Amino acid sequence: MTREVWITGQGLLSPLGQDLNETWDRLSDKAAIAAAADLAYLPPFTIMPMTLPALDRFVPKRGDQRAMGPFMLAGCVAAAMAMDEAGLLGAEADVLKQINLMVGVGGGERDEAVDEAILAVLNGRYDGEVLAEQLQTELRPTLFLAQLPNLFAGNISIVLGVSGSSRTFMGEEASGVDAVRVAYERIQGGQDDLFLVGSAFNAVRRDIPLLYQAGGYLLEDPALPFWRRPKAGMALGSAGAFLVIESRESAEARGARPLARLSGVLNDRCRRDPGQATANAAREWAMLAPKPGCAVLSGASGSGPATAEEHDFLMTKVQAEAAQVRPTAAALGHSIECSFLTNLVLATKAVQAGKLFPALTDDAVEAAPAADVTQAVVTTWGHRRGEGMALVERI
Amino acid sequence: MASRPVAVTGIGLVTSLGKGAEANWQALAAGQSGIHRITRFPTDKLRTTIGGSVDFLLEGPFSATQLSFALAKTAASEAVAQSGIGTPGDFPGELFLASPPVEHEWPQRVRLDSQAPGQPHTYGGMMAAAAQAGEDLYLDFINGTIADRLADEFGTKGSPITLTTACASGATAIQLGVEAIRRGQTKAALAIGTDGSIHMEALIRFTLLSALSTNNEDPTKAARPFAKGRDGFVMAEGAGALVLEDAEAAKARGATILGYIRGVGEAADTFHRTRSNPNGEAIIRAISDALDDAGVSPADIDYINAHGTSTPENDKMEAFGIQAVFGDVAGSVPVSSNKSMIGHTLTAAGAVEAAISILTLQHQVLPPTINHEGPADIPLDFVPNEARTAEVDLILSNSFGFGGQNVCLVIGRNPD
Repeated sequence: MTREVWITGQGLLSPLGQDLNETWDRLSDKAAIAAAADLAYLPPFTIMPMTLPALDRFVPKRGDQRAMGPFMLAGCVAAAMAMDEAGLLGAEADVLKQINLMVGVGGGERDEAVDEAILAVLNGRYDGEVLAEQLQTELRPTLFLAQLPNLFAGNISIVLGVSGSSRTFMGEEASGVDAVRVAYERIQGGQDDLFLVGSAFNAVRRDIPLLYQAGGYLLEDPALPFWRRPKAGMALGSAGAFLVIESRESAEARGARPLARLSGVLNDRCRRDPGQATANAAREWAMLAPKPGCAVLSGASGSGPATAEEHDFLMTKVQAEAAQVRPTAAALGHSIECSFLTNLVLATKAVQAGKLFPALTDDAVEAAPAADVTQAVVTTWGHRRGEGMALVERI
Repeated sequence: MASRPVAVTGIGLVTSLGKGAEANWQALAAGQSGIHRITRFPTDKLRTTIGGSVDFLLEGPFSATQLSFALAKTAASEAVAQSGIGTPGDFPGELFLASPPVEHEWPQRVRLDSQAPGQPHTYGGMMAAAAQAGEDLYLDFINGTIADRLADEFGTKGSPITLTTACASGATAIQLGVEAIRRGQTKAALAIGTDGSIHMEALIRFTLLSALSTNNEDPTKAARPFAKGRDGFVMAEGAGALVLEDAEAAKARGATILGYIRGVGEAADTFHRTRSNPNGEAIIRAISDALDDAGVSPADIDYINAHGTSTPENDKMEAFGIQAVFGDVAGSVPVSSNKSMIGHTLTAAGAVEAAISILTLQHQVLPPTINHEGPADIPLDFVPNEARTAEVDLILSNSFGFGGQNVCLVIGRNPD
């Protein structure tokens, strides 16, 4: 059994805008892109922060607003935007019970002031007795819930009433792909009809950049050419991105307007021995079989040599098939778990608009001539693991 | 819906009771507790000093990632060996891993802080020290690492899934595997739930939510699911692994089938971050959906492997949900909680308890709910204190999580 999968709702928050349309417009605005890079928050590194829109429209209860940090709030708002567009926001409980929630995320923010205060007391020496005393007096009970990854989806259920199911995937870039992939496979295979899929990422926190800096991935100089950066090539960017995807039957029965068709979602993993990631990408490209001239919204992280390897792969598609490539992390920063979802939302917009925004880099990989966009490929080439791809088509 | 029967052809278990399905079963059937005083870190100043930590697998100190990986690898090795599927390092199917979210722990923070050039005791200082501090500070603390290492170890195919649905995670891992096999997407799946996250901050976080038992005097008596004096769950570690296979494919290769995952049901609660709706709606829906998916009625269920955490709230709501779905037959279906003996293995619990359900089918013995003494305030048969022989063909296994994720499995001796 294979069924058609439609995208009927989309929501996006990014460093360039508080919704999809604002983001889309500013992707054509070089000055806005340059202004989105923040070198002051975490010197000497570049990050791309974002400002959340007014919460009251989508998260009306103060108690709910207080129960979440910026990461979970971004998810809630983007999810609400996608549901709103799909005609599902505020739906009857019987409808909300049919919505399956599938997300790919990490955890919520820590209380950094508490961490620093405890480090000061410990003063460079790990002392379990002292730590126990400090943690018991300093940790706030409710903060734990704002940190648990599964509460990202849990809060969406509570605030937006989505109650069909709630599944949280973890594991960097690949988790975002797998959330969409499994939802897609379940719809296509006739196991379920209606899904809310998404992710979010907050770059304006210190624990997550610390992790990636320990791996040597963070970018200092945003002027380094995107496709040819060293390993230290990632500018982290905040994001929130959600889609409503459903079987064609479900959308038609609800009278929902399709924004685009989701025609395939693939994901794989390798140890990144020479050529392995390219082989995965080539196989996925062949399975999705996009038409010449398609758009490619690349999830390249900016970190070399993975980004350079993706560049070389995409270059073959530019030369042979005039693919119109755009590496969105060059404008929005890299949002790890949310990268794939962000690009899926932009791909949905691109096939609706029939065109892309201008090239984001001056590299030849973005030099294919502009052509009517009826298909958009979305790639994930994880900074360390995960090679995923999806195809979005105009209906 | 359940068009392609899904067989279980291998199981593996590690808990505080020991390593291996057989060792665990002997202890469970004897009503032994694995709960003990925590020695991994000082507990003098803590309200809860007990747990079901697994202390025999790794020499400390270790991070939650390292222990969770070791637990998962141990359980999965046993399950894969029992199933006889594939060849070592070449598992012909996908990996679905339920594992705890990870982040830097205090030993790592102190290590970074002590190396910080200038700006002591700040994230800025730690950032400056990070690049030279060692790649383990990155690799061991990103969420994808455990599954990545397991994929290398067992040679599973495709993108390895790491998931969390809180205390329902282990059951979700099995559910994802069942769905993939039913779709015909894979002939086999390795479903694992693992949790090795008893470290000080985790224990204190649960303490601050008033979720943990403080019955510290006799650790073996602390977990009292469904009993009147229950005062919280006991944090525990462990792993459960199941090899799931398309039943036809398993038969074709001559595999021994241990049981079948007959039905799965899930429902999300929209009520509160730590409490379920007092009307029990999501619990009832998850149980009912699992029974419907299996095509069975409450009267067909011979035994319920309860979530039974020993918190006042969970056990009350779970019993309520069982009574609502099972109605007149509720009092005659035995219900017991493995957590009375092994504590709450959190992310691993759903997989650990599914593996124990398979053992229950094999042995035709119901493991007891220990520490079930005194007057009962819930009129269900909790198999108190002593294991019981019984004819068991069909088991309902419940998993309910903080954050509202509820997953139920129907596990059977026969395919239909």
